Amino acid sequence: MTSAPETTAPIGMIRTDTPAIGRSMPRAETRRLLAGRGRYVDDGAPRGCLHAAFLRSPFAHARFTIADTSTAAGLSGVVAVLTAADLAPVCRPWQCRSGAFPGLVSPVQRALADGRVAFQGEPVAMVVAESRARAEDALDLIAVDWEELPAVASLAAALSAEALTHPELADNVAWRTEFGSADFDAVFAGADFVVEERFAFERKTGVSLEPRGVLAEFDPAEGLLDVRISHQMPHQLQLHIAEQLDLPIGRVRVACGDVGGGFGIKMHVYPDELATCAAAKLLGRPVKFVADRIEALATDIHAREHQVDARMAVDGEGRILGFDIHDVQGLGAYSVFPRSSTTEAMSVLRAMGGPYRFEAYRARLECLLQNKSLTGQYRSVGHPIACAVTERLVDLAAARRGEDPLAFRRRNLLPVEAMPWTNPAGGRMFELSHHACLDAMIGLVDLDAKREEVRAGRAAGRLLGLGFASFVEFTATGSQAYGAAGVKVAAGDTVVASLEPSGSVRAQASASEIGQGVRQALAQVLADGVGLDPSNVRVETGDTRTAPHGGGAWASRGAAIAGEAAWRAGRRLRGEILAAVAALVQAKPADLDIRAGEVVEVATGTPRMTLADLADLVLFRSHELPAGVRPQFTVAEQYHRDDDPFLPTNGIQAAMVEIDRATGFVRLLGHWVVEDCGRIINPLLVDEQIRGGVVQGIGEALYEACRYDAAGQFTSGTLADYLVPMAGDLPEIAIGHVETPYSGSSVGAKGAGEAGTCGAPAAILNAVNDALAPHGASLAALPIKPVSVLRALGDLGAGEAP
Amino acid sequence: MTVDEETLTITCTVNGEAVRDVVPVRRSLVDWVRHDLGLTGSHVGCEHGVCGACHVQVDGRVVRGCLMLAVQADGARVETVEGATRSGRVAVLQDCFFERAALQCGFCTPGILLQAAELLEHTPAPDRAEIRAALSGNICRCTGYQAIVEAVEEAAGRLRA
Ligand code: FES
Ligand code: FES
Repeated sequence: MTSAPETTAPIGMIRTDTPAIGRSMPRAETRRLLAGRGRYVDDGAPRGCLHAAFLRSPFAHARFTIADTSTAAGLSGVVAVLTAADLAPVCRPWQCRSGAFPGLVSPVQRALADGRVAFQGEPVAMVVAESRARAEDALDLIAVDWEELPAVASLAAALSAEALTHPELADNVAWRTEFGSADFDAVFAGADFVVEERFAFERKTGVSLEPRGVLAEFDPAEGLLDVRISHQMPHQLQLHIAEQLDLPIGRVRVACGDVGGGFGIKMHVYPDELATCAAAKLLGRPVKFVADRIEALATDIHAREHQVDARMAVDGEGRILGFDIHDVQGLGAYSVFPRSSTTEAMSVLRAMGGPYRFEAYRARLECLLQNKSLTGQYRSVGHPIACAVTERLVDLAAARRGEDPLAFRRRNLLPVEAMPWTNPAGGRMFELSHHACLDAMIGLVDLDAKREEVRAGRAAGRLLGLGFASFVEFTATGSQAYGAAGVKVAAGDTVVASLEPSGSVRAQASASEIGQGVRQALAQVLADGVGLDPSNVRVETGDTRTAPHGGGAWASRGAAIAGEAAWRAGRRLRGEILAAVAALVQAKPADLDIRAGEVVEVATGTPRMTLADLADLVLFRSHELPAGVRPQFTVAEQYHRDDDPFLPTNGIQAAMVEIDRATGFVRLLGHWVVEDCGRIINPLLVDEQIRGGVVQGIGEALYEACRYDAAGQFTSGTLADYLVPMAGDLPEIAIGHVETPYSGSSVGAKGAGEAGTCGAPAAILNAVNDALAPHGASLAALPIKPVSVLRALGDLGAGEAP
Repeated sequence: MTVDEETLTITCTVNGEAVRDVVPVRRSLVDWVRHDLGLTGSHVGCEHGVCGACHVQVDGRVVRGCLMLAVQADGARVETVEGATRSGRVAVLQDCFFERAALQCGFCTPGILLQAAELLEHTPAPDRAEIRAALSGNICRCTGYQAIVEAVEEAAGRLRA
């Protein structure tokens, strides 16, 4: 179900026939991006701008001494060669701490490593020069004495503790926890049967097409640090730059222009970015650093390295009784600052069994330090792992009962009447629509026809499979998650809206635009909130100098949180406008309405005053206003939820695959998604968020892996080694919706940006296993590589090369 | 420019204008148009020839601006997305991308527009598989490509009409 754009009307044309909320509209600002007029970090540089390059550790774990920097510093065009000792006076070290993870072990980190590196790619020195090329020339001239130390790479190596990620620690455990229901043992003992599997998930990363980049400029006279950066949350970063560089927060400006993709990569404190800010402060000159692709692949946060032993208990009627999960997470050399890497694993534990009713739960978790890049909050944080584990177990149970996997799901999915409900994993479930989504999916797929196609294809010798995955994605996180743990992350958002001359509305929002279209969505909400066309609303974001402090872009929060703030701001502005006009035309505000930018009488629709005339009067001829009439044409609304730490969303995905018996390649024949993200503000944009998310999930299922060898050498440093899905690899992705608005807000929107990524790997894993099942084969590791398919089929021996 | 940087003087046309410049011999074509000519519509996504963000047209053919040196453009006719926009050569594609929301962050978009325009020049009625094949050298990390394929298909239809 493709949502065709509903309007091709030129920007500025007024439509009055439908509300803007719910209308498919293109994003006004993409005209600029299409013309090549985007403003990404690397697109501009002030006069005299210097360029930074980093000497990065070639080893996963080593001690080092920098023997000589003078040769490098003497190269023409080189302005400075900086080491840890040079940056220490201007940049404090930092350490990840969270009240949610008491006792978390994560050593201190610095902008430049001091004497020891703990992962390959960790910056140890920095050259600042007139050009990036010259800075890189100078890197080759820095003399370093390296003493390689034993490195911890695999989860098995981390567990064994034969080598240590950090020599001062006793083992490689960063954090561990265990919890469960009191009756867990009894429930499992009483089960009719238990299915179990060991799952392995390889590391992957976000690969925003625009790599991370920063341009920092320090004005010593004002004491002001101006930072342009490709980032998802300028306010969070402003706070940390201020803290680490010892500046008052008001003396740090962080501005994000166009951001070339984020996906959770651009929301952390990175050593190279802080080093760039520190160098700008130290040198008093603008310094720019833009990661190249190998730097991005090696040092952007990674995610999803988990080994999961999971069991599911089922009773004689085919009802799920409980889940038992033991998760071992590969966390990297440090827990990422400020949000911590452990969050991902906790998200796995919380999302287990999400769509289903069950009684008992036991979870055990070990988060392990390794001499590898840090891990963090990549799109759909942890959920795809929980979803793949849960949904595979569900298929195994259905197969054990000789039952249709959808019949098994239908019996076990949490019904509407059982909500609200807090499940044994701690997930609070409410306003979900599992059965409605399942029914809609069956229609969208045309399931009988597809099943017949699979049957006929198999009869003809083809390896075809259909797989399904129900999912719950927790979105729009509240401050209960980070704030309660003492981590300074804003979970609320603010919108400041003003009526401008000409009767248009301008707003500043604390949400961040990273391509997902939040500015368009907020414009549509404000338009309805006030009563004008979205083309007359302009929303600005991303600059701490003008936008109020708030959350930025994470956890699919734009529509749900900033959207509600925009609605409330719009309604307040509307109230101010109506009160002013009522006073002017001697009517009651309740008898007036604003429609298409004009104040009219509710009953008759008779025009009383346009917003343009009103703005002219109030802004330019205020002396003509009756005494005491002082309308406030700038209003602000700050919004956070009182309860509901997360807004759960739900849906179901289906995938159809074919396996090439000769090569083991998996070809995707179709992918379907039905999801419920509450009120949809712009169907066109929501569908594209879901498609984009599904394709990242397809990458997770079939292609993407950050690989390291046993010595911790990173072997996925180019886009020829790290494969992302390309246009030719992909099927058409059909999308359907069920709309269950969140009852706790006026707009009713929940998060939509991560649902696609959440369920796609599970649906594909199940589809591949469905194709393998008639051959007695199965798989439980992502990504699904051709060689593992051939091994599973017995066409390739365990040690045999393809 | 750093004093001991080896340079050459090149002359070429960029977006229809004659350009003469002293360029470091190791500067890539895309870095030169971006940082020396200020044509920042071409982007750098990988610098190793995989992503297509750096696409520019040289003598009528789309090339990887990261795999070609600026000095190799001596005597050539170079067109970037800015030039293609000004001439209107990609206007219908731009309209269709806009309407179909075939871009999110927009970082891949200029490269894809130039590639799609080249496809439509020699294949006015491509099917979806042909469009996907033609874009097999362009990474888009945001959209999942389907909207892009549909926008190109729609543009092909409008251009034939
Ligand atoms: S930057 Fe040239 S192909 Fe990626
Ligand atoms: S729109 Fe972001 S990479 Fe294509």
